[in-house]
Amino acid sequence: MTDVVMPQMGESIVEGTLTKWLKKTGDKVERDEPLFEISTDKVDTEIPSPAAGTLGELLVQEGQTVQVNAVVARISEGGNGAPAAAAPPPAQPAEPAAPPPAAAALPAVAAPAPAPPPPPAQEIKQTEAKDKETREPAGPLSPLVRRMARENNIDLSQVTGTGAGGRITKEDLETFTRQPVASAPAPRTSVTRAASPSPAVPIGQAQPTAKTRIEPMSNMRIKIAEHMVMSKRVSAHVTTVHRVDMTRVAKMRAKHKDDFAARYGMSLTFLPFVARATVEALGAFPIVNASIDGTNIIYHNEIHLGIAVALENGLIVPVIRNADEKNVLGLQRSIVDLASRARARQLKPDEIQGGTFSITNFGSFGSVFATPIINQPQVAILGVGTVEKVPVVIDDAIAIRSQCYLALTFDHRLIDGALGDQFTGKVKSVLENWSEEVL
Amino acid sequence: MRDCVVEDLGRIGFSEAFGIQSKIASERKQGLGVDRLLFVEHPHVITIGRNGHEENLLAKEATLRRAGIELHETDRGGDVTYHGPGQIVAYPIMDLREWKRDVGAFVRAIEQVLIDTLEDFRIEARRIGGLTGVWTDAGKIAAIGVHLSRWVSTHGWALNVSTDLEYFQYIVPCGLSRPVTSMAALGVDANIEEVKSALIAHFGQIFDFEMQREIVGLYI
Repeated sequence: MTDVVMPQMGESIVEGTLTKWLKKTGDKVERDEPLFEISTDKVDTEIPSPAAGTLGELLVQEGQTVQVNAVVARISEGGNGAPAAAAPPPAQPAEPAAPPPAAAALPAVAAPAPAPPPPPAQEIKQTEAKDKETREPAGPLSPLVRRMARENNIDLSQVTGTGAGGRITKEDLETFTRQPVASAPAPRTSVTRAASPSPAVPIGQAQPTAKTRIEPMSNMRIKIAEHMVMSKRVSAHVTTVHRVDMTRVAKMRAKHKDDFAARYGMSLTFLPFVARATVEALGAFPIVNASIDGTNIIYHNEIHLGIAVALENGLIVPVIRNADEKNVLGLQRSIVDLASRARARQLKPDEIQGGTFSITNFGSFGSVFATPIINQPQVAILGVGTVEKVPVVIDDAIAIRSQCYLALTFDHRLIDGALGDQFTGKVKSVLENWSEEVL
Repeated sequence: MRDCVVEDLGRIGFSEAFGIQSKIASERKQGLGVDRLLFVEHPHVITIGRNGHEENLLAKEATLRRAGIELHETDRGGDVTYHGPGQIVAYPIMDLREWKRDVGAFVRAIEQVLIDTLEDFRIEARRIGGLTGVWTDAGKIAAIGVHLSRWVSTHGWALNVSTDLEYFQYIVPCGLSRPVTSMAALGVDANIEEVKSALIAHFGQIFDFEMQREIVGLYI
């Protein structure tokens, strides 16, 4: 028999109200399974079972207030002569219930189906942005609005304010950035962020039919969508593609692969080689490692390399800080570490901030080449295509070489075509003439 | 100092916000992720806490629906309350084992965050013994209701900035026949973003957090 007691929830708490039994007398319970809920001072707490077994008589009724450490029920272990073997955890040490840590394993409280609310009529914000009259922003601007305008390069005189006295609000900026640029003829539904109470569903198109299913976007999806559209609007995207002979790197990799895996417990991929070559090239062409602030160019003295990581339902770009201080081994380690923590959502905020250039490795999904979108406020991103063996002509003979395409998307506002190609050419030449030892 | 990430989710429905909270909380319970402070603004909704009494709801559900108000039961502590535009709803999702394992201290600390914030806007607010929440001479200005599981908190507080107080007519807020008020009703025309900034600063001070505001462009 294990006593189930009202737990100590804090220094000043001497009693609590048992608000709800989550199990009945006779129910089998697992250790740490939520057993009942208590309420103290506007805090509702799930209390886990201190032991596994069968719940005996409930000594306290719902709604009753009891002192801390009072026994509220008992649990008999072992179950009543349950047939041997299988499930029940073997003989718990029959110590009396240690004061249960207020721990409970309620698995992720399944979110109630997003109730489609009848859109209250207020607040269906009109996009008044067709109003062409240019004027100075009315009224004072909040620091947030100033910052958003600066970061997104928005000309505030083009924005219609809907706040008090015509003030420009955050929502106005969001509406503004969402607008299709200039005269784009009826584009696909652009990203709409919660202007209406039922988020992201443009009014009038949201009626589910037998052949459709409507689901609100996740928060991450909304952010990705906003970022992508914002980037396309802000930068003048141009993509240049270079073909790279990876044979030397492939040989180097093949030579060290097994040793590397044995020594460090991770496989050696092509990506850290590309990252290493990119860092070399960024050192040679610092403007590719820069960002734009209004009409200023910000040169970053440090190279913080973003690596795009695909998540189950989205993507994130964790940053390898001071990537120029790392060799292939160090880069591979960072990539593996950041990618695995990204997938476990264990990244810290400063690990996803401050990147100065990004790499996206769509080759790992079989893509030969793609045209990536720049990760603002950076000015370029390198896309790495899949490495494969192909026949190539060398000195009028056909040879088999490992090859990949590198696609650099750059912001033509800052980087001219010639420079973009010089940069990519530098990455290519480091890879083709690979000389650095790996181990 | 521990990190706390601030996320402003904007105007989102109660259920959707609850889904987001649950997801973060279940990660925290497994020791993953970081503590977070979520800000939301809900469309009109009345929620009934675990200690909720039907008699504190003064209108029939059909009447509420007609008025464009949703009704939800929730697993937070406390009775009946209203959320709507002009109100800052904050959900601190934190592992109290890394702070103090003390629900009383947690609630008192939230009250202090609110009192300090209101003081920045020259509103004198205080506690009333036995009546959790934050009070002014004109009535209750902020409500608190929390849920704990494995010492990880969900739900939090609602501060009336420019809430349309008419909506409280449908309920007996928290089961108390005392008036509610808002910053606007007290003559303070505060910008909601500035109030959030003050809340973030005081929350960091009181809980000893390094507050990290979510950065635009976090994901590409």
